[in-house]
Amino acid sequence: MSREEVFEKLNEVFRDVFDDEEITVTDATTADDIEEWDSLEHINLLAAVEQEFGMKFNMGQVVSMKNVGEMADIIISQIG
Amino acid sequence: MRELEYPFDGELILKKSKKLKRALLEERSDFLEKKIAVLGGSTTHDIIRILELFLLEQGIRPVFYESEYAQYWQDVMFDNPELLSFAPDLIFIHTSNRNITTWPSVSDSEERVDGLLSEQYTHFQAMWEKIAEVYHCPVIQNNFEYPFYRLLGNQEGVYLQGRICFINRLNEKFYQYAREHGNFYIHDINYLSASYGLDKWADPLYWHMYKYACCMQAVPVFAHNLANIIKSVFGRNRKALVLDLDNTLWGGVVGDDGPENLEIGQETPMGQVYSEFQGYVKAQKDIGVMLAVNSKNEYDNAAAGLNHPDGILRPEDFVLIKANWEPKSRNMTAIAQELNILSDSLVFADDNPAEREIVSAQTAGVAVPEIGSPEQYIRVLDHSGFFEVTSLSEDDRKRSEMYRANMARKQQQERFSDYREYLLSLEMRGTIRAFEPVYMARIAQLTNKSNQFNLTTRRFTQAEIEAFAADPNYITRYGKLTDRFGDNGVVSVVIGRKGTAADTEVYRQGKTPGAGTASGGVLHLELWLMSCRVLKRDMEYAMMDSVVEACRDCGIGTVMGYYYPTAKNAMVKEFYQAMGFERTDETDTGVTIWRFEIPADYEKKNTVITVEKGESI
Repeated sequence: MSREEVFEKLNEVFRDVFDDEEITVTDATTADDIEEWDSLEHINLLAAVEQEFGMKFNMGQVVSMKNVGEMADIIISQIG
Repeated sequence: MRELEYPFDGELILKKSKKLKRALLEERSDFLEKKIAVLGGSTTHDIIRILELFLLEQGIRPVFYESEYAQYWQDVMFDNPELLSFAPDLIFIHTSNRNITTWPSVSDSEERVDGLLSEQYTHFQAMWEKIAEVYHCPVIQNNFEYPFYRLLGNQEGVYLQGRICFINRLNEKFYQYAREHGNFYIHDINYLSASYGLDKWADPLYWHMYKYACCMQAVPVFAHNLANIIKSVFGRNRKALVLDLDNTLWGGVVGDDGPENLEIGQETPMGQVYSEFQGYVKAQKDIGVMLAVNSKNEYDNAAAGLNHPDGILRPEDFVLIKANWEPKSRNMTAIAQELNILSDSLVFADDNPAEREIVSAQTAGVAVPEIGSPEQYIRVLDHSGFFEVTSLSEDDRKRSEMYRANMARKQQQERFSDYREYLLSLEMRGTIRAFEPVYMARIAQLTNKSNQFNLTTRRFTQAEIEAFAADPNYITRYGKLTDRFGDNGVVSVVIGRKGTAADTEVYRQGKTPGAGTASGGVLHLELWLMSCRVLKRDMEYAMMDSVVEACRDCGIGTVMGYYYPTAKNAMVKEFYQAMGFERTDETDTGVTIWRFEIPADYEKKNTVITVEKGESI
């Protein structure tokens, strides 16, 4: 899966989770950029991403992930 | 809504919860509003988010109180004006094995382990007692799930020091409390986590990262199971299971293959599957579920199938058998009418997706689960929780019998041209008395599930019912009816508050003056309901006589009745007129207000039921 395809899918997940069809995420997107993205929604977001890509984040990754770009990197490294 | 019916896609629900909530709120408007306090020993945010969806799906619109993180015990035990003013209709205590503060260690003596067990238990018991004393509302308490590792391996449940042993003993103490206390229900997360898969359920990532007692993906299963208890407590259980026959209760088509060639019994693997399913269905009767058949068949073929020597279900297990060539949706409507229940009390099980589609599209409210292949039927019906048991009353166990007796009454009726003659031939005996302890559970149950013959549709918990019974400002009456065909049990409930004429204005607005307000010479009927199973038996007249007698005994001369319209209670719109009341007012929302001045020469209205005199209160 190309990086573009990963981002396309990530956009769908973000739109579903935050119920906002306007959202477009980039490498630099962080929780500060999306109003509803608080620590509680974060759990739900990660679960939805895991389901979409059929992979799992481990705890180290969850703790260190800084932005959507890093999220995409982890996804790509796991699904090849 | 398909997305929320078992078997559901939990991850889809988690992801699209906001969209689903919007759709649920648009789907209907007649929600039952309930205030639910969620007191957590771990994070509860997403549990509440998903629980809300499953409750909306059941027609219950919740308002939540959520404790601060892990403050479940403190919230109850210490002064809590916020929770007090919230006045919960139900409290859910979300604890897990992560909340066990001291575990036994391998070197502990038996006495020491017993001490620890008692310490953990009394921590909870004190909280439950405080809730009963202060909040008087139903409580749902999680039991404990097994830990995800076993220091003592396979002997973890054997040695008293093992954590599994400790949890088993603690759970048993919880169950004991539940057996001894009404209004207290266990949410069995030990079963749920096993059924879900303990390793996945207990994924430590969710505890250490977010302080969740179970993994996020298990939250929908958790919330669904919990919502089932809540809807059952609030009287939203289904009442009847309607079944197709061919390829649902047996393999094959009885009309084509002949009864001797059906797959049922121990001869073949498929026959065994159907036998197990028939056994499961038959056992539903024991928890008060009525069974009916809705099948495209000649009646004689259907009966031949149900009389198969290796079958378990028999024609007499069903309160109704509709075996004909009518559309199944039409049969469903007829079944609801003949049983005097609403179609949203029915569940329909059919192997054929096309038939399911017709029934679900044409008969609003019927639950039509996708029951899968025959070996999955039991799991789908069972895990759906349509008939979630929260109380096992004598009435539940006898329900099928009572409906069969009703059929016998109908036949009896056909023999009489004069209706009064028919009523007399039933040799009815009524017991009408002030609320008594043995019937509190049944009375509360009736207030929560009677929709049609219900003047005010006010819902009460058992604790509230007990409070009315104890309050001298209230006149309470329950009515029980027996006849030559059987015992109908408690079928009618009336609650009236002694007040003043001025209180009428409060009731007019759909409110109640509440406890502690002035008592006076007017009885305001806050509730009058009757089970539809005794319609047209003159039981309402007998209740009226008893209310009048109670009023006279305490010098009350005026009775005020109120009719609050709902989507379901049109049948009693003119009820008070029939009881001899005079309409004094009608609001623009359709509320009608009725007055009855008790005449000095009041003549008993009931002349067909022999009433056993009540103790007057």
